[in-house]
Amino acid sequence: MTEGSLHTSDAAARKLRKRYAAERRFRLYGACAIGLAMGALVLLLVTIAWRGVPAFFGHEVTIDVDLDAALIDPEGTGDPEVLGRADYSGLVKQALRAEFPDAQGRREKRRLYALISNGAAYALRDQVLADRTVVGTTFRVRVPLSADADIYFKGGVDAASAEGDRRLNDDQIRWLDRWAALGKVENRFARRFFVGGDSREPELAGIYGALVGSLWTLAVTLLLSFPLGVAAAVYLEEFAPTNRLTDFVEVNINNLAAVPSIVFGLLGLAVFLNFLELPRSAPLVGGMVLALMTLPTVIIASRSAIMAVPPSIREAALGVGASPLQVVSHHVLPLALPGILTGTIIGMARALGETAPLLMIGMVAFIVDVPEGPTSPATVLPVQIFLWADSPERAFVAKTSGAILVLLTFLVAMNLVAVVLRSRFERRW
Amino acid sequence: MTLRIPRWTLVAACALGLAAPAMARDQIRIVGSSTVFPFSTAVAEQFGKTTSFKTPVVESTGSGGGLKLFCAGVGTQHPDITNSSRRIKSSEVEGCAGNGVTDIVEVKVGFDGIVLANSKKSERLSLTKEQIFRALAKQVPVEGKLVDNPYQKWSDIDPSLPAVKIEVLGPPPTSGTRDAFVELAMEGGAEELPMLAALKSSDKAAFKAAAQGIREDGAYVEAGENDNLIVQKLEANPDALGIFGFSFLDQNADKLQGSLVGGVEPTFENIAAGQYGVSRSLFFYVKKAHVGVVRGIQEYVAEFTSEAAAGDEGYLADKGLIPLPADERKIVREAAKGLVLLSLN
Repeated sequence: MTEGSLHTSDAAARKLRKRYAAERRFRLYGACAIGLAMGALVLLLVTIAWRGVPAFFGHEVTIDVDLDAALIDPEGTGDPEVLGRADYSGLVKQALRAEFPDAQGRREKRRLYALISNGAAYALRDQVLADRTVVGTTFRVRVPLSADADIYFKGGVDAASAEGDRRLNDDQIRWLDRWAALGKVENRFARRFFVGGDSREPELAGIYGALVGSLWTLAVTLLLSFPLGVAAAVYLEEFAPTNRLTDFVEVNINNLAAVPSIVFGLLGLAVFLNFLELPRSAPLVGGMVLALMTLPTVIIASRSAIMAVPPSIREAALGVGASPLQVVSHHVLPLALPGILTGTIIGMARALGETAPLLMIGMVAFIVDVPEGPTSPATVLPVQIFLWADSPERAFVAKTSGAILVLLTFLVAMNLVAVVLRSRFERRW
Repeated sequence: MTLRIPRWTLVAACALGLAAPAMARDQIRIVGSSTVFPFSTAVAEQFGKTTSFKTPVVESTGSGGGLKLFCAGVGTQHPDITNSSRRIKSSEVEGCAGNGVTDIVEVKVGFDGIVLANSKKSERLSLTKEQIFRALAKQVPVEGKLVDNPYQKWSDIDPSLPAVKIEVLGPPPTSGTRDAFVELAMEGGAEELPMLAALKSSDKAAFKAAAQGIREDGAYVEAGENDNLIVQKLEANPDALGIFGFSFLDQNADKLQGSLVGGVEPTFENIAAGQYGVSRSLFFYVKKAHVGVVRGIQEYVAEFTSEAAAGDEGYLADKGLIPLPADERKIVREAAKGLVLLSLN
């Protein structure tokens, strides 16, 4: 035949080219979608890291403080009680005046004191208490600069702008420049950010209190939602008869998974706080509320993991005389465990990032002390981020991003564990 | 691998259900206004550092929410102190009394200015309250009748104002800042219009409705409770005006400028002197029944009212609180020390 076969004719060739083109276009769309998503993610991470990493560092200045024994410990007792009560703030101020005698008058002096963090006196006190022999000497101590001064060294203040438009005036900038010229200012890793509780002074505020609060809350959530969720899943999957009641329960578990989290907060307020009279702001109550929230996720994940265990294993076990409970606890659960754990960890990661339900039960609070247990007042990481984002001081912008980085690290780590569990231990039949 | 389910799990699971009841506290609990929150927390931190008491827990619940919690009853499961960016209402005092909270101590801590600010990239506005009302009200009087707000540009209201689209970013209705703004600026502006002033004397409810309605045609943008967000949006959009607390203007003086209201610039000095028209008083309320039960309440109150905190050069002034005049401070301090009870007249 001259016009070629069905597959080699011109029309067929055109059609084929068209189909290939459609294929290529489709792949391109897919690649574009992934590229766009990745681009957005990278942009987000880079902006947060760009803003947040400076929060992990803080400028400190070395000053010489005259630790006059007559002022600190007049009777020379060496008693920590007496040493702890001395006026260290006054000593730091005195050291500053000695350094810059040109600061005259009340306002001028106040501006000078404002260069140093409020925490300087406490830093000095801790060092004196740690080593009492320094009393009576001129002690060289490194103290944190105030947030405004820190921002200046981080390049956030335009010295050329009009004086009234800056947080630091010309004198303060001159003093800071002199310190810098003398090599007394250092940008150091801010350990405080990782080991300290919250503070209203941005240079002193730390994430540790919120982190511990988050851990207590998650511990309670895990203790409640994991056993309850697994038990519910085992019962529904292995023992429950199929009837209207179990269908109803199943539909409602799926519905519950889609309920907005704030609703669980309202429930917690009504039941745990008002009815059971549990303490406000406590990780115990936060954990209970979040457990209710993650329970459907855990049940659904556990059920699908149990369902994935092939019936042949159950039948073989029953065949050699195992009781139904033995079948579940000796064979089904161990095989389903990787899947169950993966689901639980993903549920926990969601609980870690949750703020809305905690608003209702008083965990959106300023808490300085690191929580000591599940009933002491606490806040959690996302709430801390929320509180810092709402603070007027500009240095909290960096702190907010820094805290987001910490939270993201934990979330990524948890998801990584879930991925590893799945790839290492999950068996496919 | 096998899993065994020990018998004690059942007991443990049941025990978890019967968790510990509310216990005695040794830590002050404070709730209330998000406007007072930055000041209250600063005092709490200082108090915790300089005394042997634990640092109080301060929750940001909003003024209304705080008073509701505060008035829920006497006992350690209820808060000891509530912050408020407005005075307690007589209905709230009655509600309190109904729950057994009869002895309340009121402490006035200072002032807060509400500013209308824009980016320094555009020119500073000088507005009157009447112009603010005309720009933002849902309905304005035109030729003796209330009509839907017709103004699209500032110059439509007054030719001396710039020919820029009216775009104001402000807090949502749940915010105390919004309440205060409506009361001080909008109602103040409405009273300056003869028609609405007449309405006020004849029909108070109708006046309130007219004076408090904020337009919903897009000129007023509800920008959320977060004032930092408004600040960032103003930088990005020089034509827009934002409404927020003075402390945010104070912190961002390099980027923003406060509009003059009635010819007065929102500065620390002008607000303190009572010349700036859109400012309000901030309070906190103490439950007297808890004094002596929860340790440290009197000491906390003393710290908050001390010259080192609330004085002209106190650390709260550094945080943006505008202090009371010196003589009023003294009266407040004495009254707080003696735990003088609140009396609304």
